[in-house]
Amino acid sequence: MAMLKVDGLTKQFGGFTAVSNVSFDVAEGEILGLIGPNGSGKSTTFNCIAGMYTPTAGSVKFEGGEIGGLKANQVCHKGIARTFQIPRPFRNLSLLENVALSAHFGSNAHLSRAQCWAKAEESLAMVGLPTDATTSTDGLGAASLKKLELARALATGPRLLLADESLNGLDHGEMDQAADMLERIRKEKGITIVWVEHIMGVLMRVVDRVVVLDHGEKIFDGKPADAQTDKRVVEVYLGETEH
Amino acid sequence: MITQKHISWAIGLAVLLVLPLIIKQIFPGTDRYYLHLVIQILIWAFIYTGWSMMGRFGLTSLGHGAFTGIGAYVTVMLWNFAGITPWIGIPVAMLVATIAGVLVGYPCFRMRITGHYFALLTLAFTEFVRLCIVGLRDWTGGSLGTQPARYGDGLSLYAMQFEPNRVLAYYIVLAIWLVGLIIWVKVDRSMDRYALDAASQDEDAAASVGINVTREKLKITALSSAMCAFGGAIYGQYQMYIGPDTIAGLGVSLNIVFAVIAGGIWSLFGPTFGAVFTQVLAETLRVGLRGSETLSKLLGQSALALDTFIYGLLLVLFIIYMPKGVVGTLAERWKRKARP
Ligand SMILES: Nc1ncnc2c1ncn2[C@@H]1O[C@H](COP(=O)(O)OP(=O)(O)OP(=O)(O)O)[C@@H](O)[C@H]1O
Ligand SMILES: [Mg+2]
Repeated sequence: MAMLKVDGLTKQFGGFTAVSNVSFDVAEGEILGLIGPNGSGKSTTFNCIAGMYTPTAGSVKFEGGEIGGLKANQVCHKGIARTFQIPRPFRNLSLLENVALSAHFGSNAHLSRAQCWAKAEESLAMVGLPTDATTSTDGLGAASLKKLELARALATGPRLLLADESLNGLDHGEMDQAADMLERIRKEKGITIVWVEHIMGVLMRVVDRVVVLDHGEKIFDGKPADAQTDKRVVEVYLGETEH
Repeated sequence: MITQKHISWAIGLAVLLVLPLIIKQIFPGTDRYYLHLVIQILIWAFIYTGWSMMGRFGLTSLGHGAFTGIGAYVTVMLWNFAGITPWIGIPVAMLVATIAGVLVGYPCFRMRITGHYFALLTLAFTEFVRLCIVGLRDWTGGSLGTQPARYGDGLSLYAMQFEPNRVLAYYIVLAIWLVGLIIWVKVDRSMDRYALDAASQDEDAAASVGINVTREKLKITALSSAMCAFGGAIYGQYQMYIGPDTIAGLGVSLNIVFAVIAGGIWSLFGPTFGAVFTQVLAETLRVGLRGSETLSKLLGQSALALDTFIYGLLLVLFIIYMPKGVVGTLAERWKRKARP
C-alpha cells in the first residue's frame, strides 16, 4: 500500500489554477523526486499536503487516512514533516532552541525537556550544524539555513519528509552535500522522502522515481532515466533550464 | 550554589521587607502618602507584568483595561449586591475575564489577526466594556464610579478589606507582586514560551513543526487576562473606589502599554520599572504642573491635560529610541560590558 496517496489534487488561487488534478503515490522507503520548472506548482502541491493550504479539490491520504484539509500542526502530528523552500528560521531563538522546540511540539512522544534538547542536538549533528546552546541563527549562510530547516523537520520524528529544496543559491559542492544528506536520512532513519527540486542534475542520482509537473499538471511519472529521454519532459523542462 | 544573582535577590527582598520602616524614617509624617505610592506601584507592576505575558509575544492588546475593569467591577458588584465575599468574587471575576479574553482572542487568533488590527479590535472590546459599566449606572455608579461597601471598620479578612492598615496593605501587594514575578519566570522557562516566540516570528513555520498556534495564544491570553483581572480586583479592594476611568477603559489600556514599553517588554523587571516610572512621573507632573500658578495662568484649563501630553510624547520617544525599554537597554549595555 502506498504511504502517501495524492488523488486529483487541485489548488486554485482566485481564478488561477496552480495545481490541476495531480495524482501520485509515494511508497514507503522511497525517495521520490518532484520536479518541474519555476512556477509549475511543486511548492503548492507540498503546501496542500502539509496543511498550509486547503486543497480546492482532490484527496490526500497518508497511511490510509485522509489528511487533505487538516491544519499544518495536525499534519505534522500524523508523521509528516516539511521544509520550506525559502528557509523560515525563528530568528528570535537560538539554533538549538529552534530545533528543540520542534522536538517538543512536533513529536507525539511527549518527550521530557532533556529528551527534547538531546533530540535537537542529534538532529543538528545529523545535518552537520553546531550543537552548542549559544549559536544564533544570525550569520548563517543559505546552505546552513537549509540544513536548519532539515534539522527542525527531523526533530519532529517524521515517517515522511517533504523537502522543498530548490537548490539554486547553493554551489555544486553544497548541492551534492544536500543530496547525500537526504540519502543518509533515508538510510539511517528509514524516513520516506519527497524531494522537490527544479534542477534535474543532482536529484537524478538519488531518487528512485520522479514526478514531473508543468503548469500545475503532471506530465511524467516514472524512472529518472526515462524522464531524461521523455519527449514532453525534455520539451517543457530541460529546454527551459538550458537558456 | 550561591551566585551573585542569588545574593542580589536576597538583598532586594530584604530591602523590600523593611521598606515601610525605611519610609517611616526618611519621610516622618508623610510616610502614609509614600507608602500609598509604593503600594500603587506594586499593584500596577503586577498588572503590567500580566499584560507583558502577551505583549512580549507581539500580542499588543489594548483590551487589558477591560480585564482590570472586569476584575474590579465583578468583585465589587458581587459584594455590594449579593453579599458574596471577594474570596469567591475574585475567582469569579477572573473567570469572567478569562472567558471574555478567550472569546475575543479566539476569532482573532483563528483568523490570524495580529499587529495593528489586533490592537484595534481589543481597543473596541475595552470601549465596549467601559460602555457597559457606564450604561449599568444603577449598579455601577456610571462614570462617577462606586465603592465596595465598607465592612465594619474597613479591616476584614472576610471582606478582604485592608485599606486602613497601610503596612498590611503593603505586605499583601508585595506578596502579590512577587507571585506575578514567579509566574513570569515560570512562563519564561516553559516550552510554551518558545512556541509563542516562534509563532510571533512566523505562524506558518511554527504550525509546520506541530505547534497549535491558536491554542498557545489562547493559553497565554487566559493567563494574562486572569492576572489583570486579579490586579484590578485588588486595586478596587485597596483603593475602596472603582471608576470606569481609573481601573477600566482605554486610558488604563494605554497606560499599561506605555509603562511596559518604557520599562522593557522582554525583561522580568521591565513592567515593574515601568510602573515605578509612570507612577512617579504622573505624580510629579500632577503635583508639579497642576500646582503651578504660572502654568495655570499660561494654559488655563489645558494645564490639566499637560501631564497626559508629556506622557504621550515620552511614549513616542521611547518607541523610537529605546524599543527594548529602560531595563532591556540597560541589561544589554551591562552584558556588552561584561563580554569584551
Ligand atoms: N499564495 C498564492 N497566491 C497566489 N498565487 C500563488 C500562491 N502560491 C503560489 N502561487 C502561484 O502558483 C504557481 C505555482 O507556484 P509554486 O510556488 O507552487 O511553484 P513551484 O513549482 O514551487 O516553483 P519554484 O520552482 O519557483 O519554487 C505560481 O504561478 C505562483 O505564482
Ligand atoms: Mg517552489
